Amino acid sequence: MTDRAKVWGVHLLVLAALFAAQFLLPSYHVTNLARIMVLAVFAMGYNIAFGYTGLLSLGHALFFAAGMYGMGLPVWHLEWLSLPALIAGLLAGGAMAGVVGLLALRTAGVSFMIVTLMFAQAGYLTLLYLNSWTGGDEGFVVARSGRVLLGFDLATDTPRFMAAFVLFAAGLLLCLWLVRSPFGRVMVAMRENEERSRMLGYDPFRVKLTALILSGLYAGAAGAAYGMLFGYVGATFATIQYSILPMLYVLLGGAGTVLGPFLGALLMFYLIDITSGYTDAYLFVVGAALVGLVLFAPKGILGTLRERALRWLP
Amino acid sequence: MAAVIEAKGLTRHFGGLRAVDGVDFSLEHGEIHGLIGPNGAGKTTFVSLLSGRIPVQSGVITLNGEDITHLPAHLRVRKGVAYTFQITSVYPRLSVFDNVALAAQSRGAADVPAEVARALAQVGLTGLDLSIAGTLSYGHQRLLEVAMGLALRPSVLILDEPTQGLASGEIDGFKALIRSLVPQTTILLIEHNMDVVMDLADRITVLNFGQVLAVGTPDEIRRNRAVQDAYLGGDHAAG
Repeated sequence: MTDRAKVWGVHLLVLAALFAAQFLLPSYHVTNLARIMVLAVFAMGYNIAFGYTGLLSLGHALFFAAGMYGMGLPVWHLEWLSLPALIAGLLAGGAMAGVVGLLALRTAGVSFMIVTLMFAQAGYLTLLYLNSWTGGDEGFVVARSGRVLLGFDLATDTPRFMAAFVLFAAGLLLCLWLVRSPFGRVMVAMRENEERSRMLGYDPFRVKLTALILSGLYAGAAGAAYGMLFGYVGATFATIQYSILPMLYVLLGGAGTVLGPFLGALLMFYLIDITSGYTDAYLFVVGAALVGLVLFAPKGILGTLRERALRWLP
Repeated sequence: MAAVIEAKGLTRHFGGLRAVDGVDFSLEHGEIHGLIGPNGAGKTTFVSLLSGRIPVQSGVITLNGEDITHLPAHLRVRKGVAYTFQITSVYPRLSVFDNVALAAQSRGAADVPAEVARALAQVGLTGLDLSIAGTLSYGHQRLLEVAMGLALRPSVLILDEPTQGLASGEIDGFKALIRSLVPQTTILLIEHNMDVVMDLADRITVLNFGQVLAVGTPDEIRRNRAVQDAYLGGDHAAG
């Protein structure tokens, strides 16, 4: 079997398994899986910036929240329907990433982390400050009219799962295509050696800005979908926690692997879900798992697997 | 012959250090031009100014008559000025193919795999496409670096100490390769290995303390007293 066939085989198999899961799993887990798939889209976006292009951002919550509010606010204030609201959310995430990138990409490394963190914090405080528009820290419930997409009621299990699945599948296949495209190769080149890439004729600023906007589009789509599928928009989603989460998913699953973000989101979600059933100190277990990861598989699960056995894994 | 690259009064100081100090230079179309000088003479700084890696303090650089003094480095590459690094600077974690493909696709090559195969064949690395660049021997990494430069199909190729670390057999192959590139490509060769420079270069520029000490054919340079002094010390001239 050629590498190309293997790559497509594995990714389509994962999608088929996820599709089948809704018929095989109990309803509780189906809802969880919908949530995980949306969060995985967020993490895939993070992975485009961090895993492939080497941009370690601590501000992705801002792009996620931009998508969520970009969808939610028009539904609330302008009574938009779900489809245009969803598109508005997607674009808001990309636009926010573009604006932040124009400024933050003048820095690199640790400074870039701090600048993106500050932007996200400013965004969070802005949401609180404008509470008559945004609902402040209480947030708001997305109106019923904004949760019916193409005739399907997203508040019910099957349409919700399917909507999450379609978004996830689109995100996954697009990401697979992107990282195997010529531009994907340039993103990796930027991560590996910026100066060398410049001397091959690539403009580092432009490449990084493009990658960050793509990343923001993913985050925006995920934020908008999250608000729409689960019916709530709130400032919690703009906190630092939501910048850290996609990073953890990516690190756990494998930075710079297409399936890593999903695997990381899946494992982390259930790690928290299961351990919090036994102890209040579930974060301790999460921490222990991360220490183990750093010690024994610093490249994440799929990153390690690729290094040891599956060289062809994208 | 017309000048491809011309520099006038090129200057770059680092604090009190006059790394490049009012250099006039011209690279003629289709020549192999050697750039030599004692350690610290400013050779690498000078070509960094030409390639745009370091901003110019004063002076003018033209490429085929067009002022490129303030053009960013990546745009100079697009205009056909390629630079290969003194310290091997391949992407060690990417495959040999990807390393060269990055160069080929940068200039919009229609058939990237064919371009990669061609560049690898030129430097004699055919068949190593799928190897990870960082696992190649040092000499092969130097050749890969050159292949990346060639895949850009530059009109000017600046080679910064290309034979450093090559075995003598590899150096002969390298000389043949460089000869095969002219006159389509103009070569600026910074080299410590005098045999290589004297053998290859049509003309040589000698830098010392950031200034041009002499320009001429290899024979003229060999006979030049000032050059001998710079390399062997002032006493030699007196004695």
